[in-house]
Amino acid sequence: MTVRLQREDFDAAAEAAALVRGRTDIGAVVTFTGICRGTPDADPIAAMTLEHYPGMAEAEITRHIEAATGRWPLLGVTVIHRYGRLQPGENIVLVIAAAAHRQDAFAAAAFIMDFLKTRAPIWKREERQGGARWIEAKDADEAAAARWDTPAPRRAAE
Amino acid sequence: MTVKILYFAWLRERIGKAEEELEPPPWVTTVGELMHWLAARDAEHAAAFANPRVIRAALDRTHVRADAALAGGQEIAFFPPMTGG
Repeated sequence: MTVRLQREDFDAAAEAAALVRGRTDIGAVVTFTGICRGTPDADPIAAMTLEHYPGMAEAEITRHIEAATGRWPLLGVTVIHRYGRLQPGENIVLVIAAAAHRQDAFAAAAFIMDFLKTRAPIWKREERQGGARWIEAKDADEAAAARWDTPAPRRAAE
Repeated sequence: MTVKILYFAWLRERIGKAEEELEPPPWVTTVGELMHWLAARDAEHAAAFANPRVIRAALDRTHVRADAALAGGQEIAFFPPMTGG
């Protein structure tokens, strides 16, 4: 398991390759990259600043990776989240889940991402022409995390 | 009982500092009571804690609810709902 909060960019392909290097038991790798979007509506975003709680951000992400590992038979997970000032088009977050089978890798990547958005202590501040403001939490993100509340039976890998 | 308090995002901006060490009075025994006491300190804290229901808290880097009990030497963080990812 790899969890990093960093200012610098990441290379999604290189991170995925590092996860599977030298292994033959991994049959599926799902790589999700979240990117800073410039135009959610008519007033374009000039930049976004991400603030995090050092120590707790890593700990909270690790807790959710451990929860994912309890639900699906995972063979590797990498999460990298950037902080600092980012411009539209730049990478924000990387989630990679590796498993023997694709369903487990897809589900675990979505699970980790949903909890990362609502539980990892990270906050975004948008800069637009009209000024800067802290982004408000979305009910849709809470709902996305809540859909995992019913524990899924851990499937046997076939 | 001395506690280290951290603030993030707009709480940090409204209070004007990222952290402070304070010694709350004995009646402050929970996270919620600490918010109540902090809100009465000055105008900056009052602005930050004006709507405690939207504020989240962590004790020693773990999410907690307002009824969580405080102990000396802990690191307590207050922040708005999270918007990472």
